[in-house]
Amino acid sequence: MRYSALALLRGALAAHRNWTPAWRSPEPRAAYDIVIVGGGGHGLAAAYYLARNHGIRNVAVLERGWLGGGNTGRNTTVVRSNYLYPESARLYDFALKLYEGLSRELNFNLMLSQRGHVMLAHSRHDLESLARWANAMHMHGIEAELLTRAQVGELVPALDLSPQARYPVLGGFMQRRAGTARHDAVAWGYARAADALGVDIIQNCEVTGFVKAANGAVLGIDTSRGRIHATRVGIAVAGHSSVLARLAGFRLPVTSYALQAMVTEPLKPRLDKVVISPGTGAYVSQSDKGEMVIGGSLDLFPSYAQRGSFAVLQSVVAATLAIFPSFSRLRLMRHWAGIVDVVHDSSPIIGPTPVPELYINCGWGTGGFKAIPAGGWLLAHVLATGRNHELAEPFQLERFTTGRLIDEAAASGIAH
Amino acid sequence: MMQLRCPCCGPRDESEFVCGGTTHVPRPDLNSSDVSWGEYLFFRDNPKGVHLERWRHTYGCGSWFNIARHTVTHEVLAVYGMSEPPPAQMLNGVP
Repeated sequence: MRYSALALLRGALAAHRNWTPAWRSPEPRAAYDIVIVGGGGHGLAAAYYLARNHGIRNVAVLERGWLGGGNTGRNTTVVRSNYLYPESARLYDFALKLYEGLSRELNFNLMLSQRGHVMLAHSRHDLESLARWANAMHMHGIEAELLTRAQVGELVPALDLSPQARYPVLGGFMQRRAGTARHDAVAWGYARAADALGVDIIQNCEVTGFVKAANGAVLGIDTSRGRIHATRVGIAVAGHSSVLARLAGFRLPVTSYALQAMVTEPLKPRLDKVVISPGTGAYVSQSDKGEMVIGGSLDLFPSYAQRGSFAVLQSVVAATLAIFPSFSRLRLMRHWAGIVDVVHDSSPIIGPTPVPELYINCGWGTGGFKAIPAGGWLLAHVLATGRNHELAEPFQLERFTTGRLIDEAAASGIAH
Repeated sequence: MMQLRCPCCGPRDESEFVCGGTTHVPRPDLNSSDVSWGEYLFFRDNPKGVHLERWRHTYGCGSWFNIARHTVTHEVLAVYGMSEPPPAQMLNGVP
């Protein structure tokens, strides 16, 4: 069923009884060409691009819980490509460009809102860092604008720019094409489009082990719903990457942390940019529903708990109120945490693992949502061809042996 | 708020401490290969279960100590000194 204004009108006339499920819920078959573990954005996007870009449709996506129930549904919905190094800038801008055409391509409204992403400078050092950063982005062919204090004030009037502000704003920089997208819709849109191309999406199916040949290559997966054979397997499970790697018999340079976020009660339009203040430790945007969506630092100890600690919640709220004092009377409505897979250089890993025929997409840490289209595209490429896409070439596990790290600690936000 | 029991100062809020990551990671010989040096620097078990880790009471007495903590429940199962071996039956990764 194609979604359109006409379909909506037709639905309204039929008392909305004509809608069909957006994807099937098939029983797992005994064997597939490719099985992807993880039904979040990256896994579903990989399945979609396997079918669309490579014509491989005998594919299953296995999800332990429900689609997009992990970090795809637990982020702050920000999309941007303001990264420092050329490898990352190419990668994240590829993702942003795919996002720009994705609602039309998937026939699913992702509510992409390129409202602009403003980073604040609170010191002279910040100003110099942002100038370097913006220049680096220009070198990579990505637009970025340095902002004066007055320009920041015009763009974000809710900011405290008074002389007694605790953290004076000296300027900033903005990526205009950055913004937000509806996170659930990204998972659902990819799931629906992949399903339409023949991909089986199997929820409530937990991987319990890997079946291997005598030479160590993966032959299939043991799951809570039986054994499934596969020629190749891809893993896209974010914070649980180490758990899956352990089942498959290898280790990763990953540590899992809880990253929390929260929303306030809804209010009238007050903030139409994404604002990040690395100096104070908070970032804020206003959702289409009117809620202030607030994020900040990681809980800096290993965790699989999917809930944040009060100490960090307190510091993130304090940081938010330091730059937006007028938000002080808002009540928090919801608060959650996702388990993020943090790598030492804050850059992803997309490619082969030490186990033959087993591939992985992980290490996005606190910034996986913005990269979903690229992560899916590149995992699909290596699963289909057995060779890395050129964009993924710098992001291999070998870099932790060769030392060729791509340190994006600053660009990955305030969380690291 | 999680509380940790500093061996020197007793139970304190987590905001007084800094986590130093996995403990008991053996440092390889300086002549070791790039592979084992990379393993030492970057690769970790990252268990979903019991994790043996080091913490510092940074905003208190400043001392380092080891704990065994469950990474899902955050329950602290043991606190022991920096040079002590982990208590018996506290193994990394036990769910």
